[in-house]
Amino acid sequence: MEDEMMEGGVVKKFMYVNRKAPYGTIYALESLEVVLIAAAFEQDVSLIFMDDGVFQIKKGQKTDGVDMKNFSPTYRALEMYDIEKLYVCKESLEARGMSEDDLIVDVEVLERAALQDLMDEQDVVFSF
Amino acid sequence: MKFGILINEGPYQHQSSDSAYQFAKASIEKGHTIFRVFFYHDGVNNATNLTAPPTDDRNVTLRWTELAQEHDVDLVVCIAAALRRGILDESEAKRQNKANFNLADGFRISGLGQLIEAGIQCDRVVVFGD
Repeated sequence: MEDEMMEGGVVKKFMYVNRKAPYGTIYALESLEVVLIAAAFEQDVSLIFMDDGVFQIKKGQKTDGVDMKNFSPTYRALEMYDIEKLYVCKESLEARGMSEDDLIVDVEVLERAALQDLMDEQDVVFSF
Repeated sequence: MKFGILINEGPYQHQSSDSAYQFAKASIEKGHTIFRVFFYHDGVNNATNLTAPPTDDRNVTLRWTELAQEHDVDLVVCIAAALRRGILDESEAKRQNKANFNLADGFRISGLGQLIEAGIQCDRVVVFGD
């Protein structure tokens, strides 16, 4: 989009932490917009879904009744942008009676402690 | 150290813009550099020049404008988030066929790439949000 695409080959580890439900507030949608733009910068990108953020990638979202756009299919397109490191918090899933089978994308389910280690390794953590 | 700042909440309703301002000011006083402040989500509302808070209260937008002018801080407002919420500069107002524009002095409107660039360029990016 702009001329700052070229950053002299610097590759940093970027993590996007998604903590909010997909509807009710715009955080999830606008956070996904950041991730899609970030893909163009060829950085090392990973996403975490935790707390109510696990609902963002839940199967079977029907939003006609609330007149909001169902943007959940976009998460499936992340693979095409070479964004394949998706992590989900095990405790957050269980607290909501969900399992990996309820999710529309392939993810790695990790316990909170393992997610902490993962966060420690990052250069940049954006939390939405 | 070179800092990037992300502000995700609007003024007055949330304290995140205040905290970010105080962080930026303290950083500069300590000799650090603020590479860029990026306004996203409702954070774009920090950039409207139409706010008129009571005179005994702080003026959040004006404080940012003055910081930008005094210390050459790059204040960037996300274009997609801004257009949704009615924050326009002169050229966007023209492009969107709107009669008015309201981007405060010291701010500029640009793309999300500016946030990613800050992440790449800065030693630390600090997020001020809900």
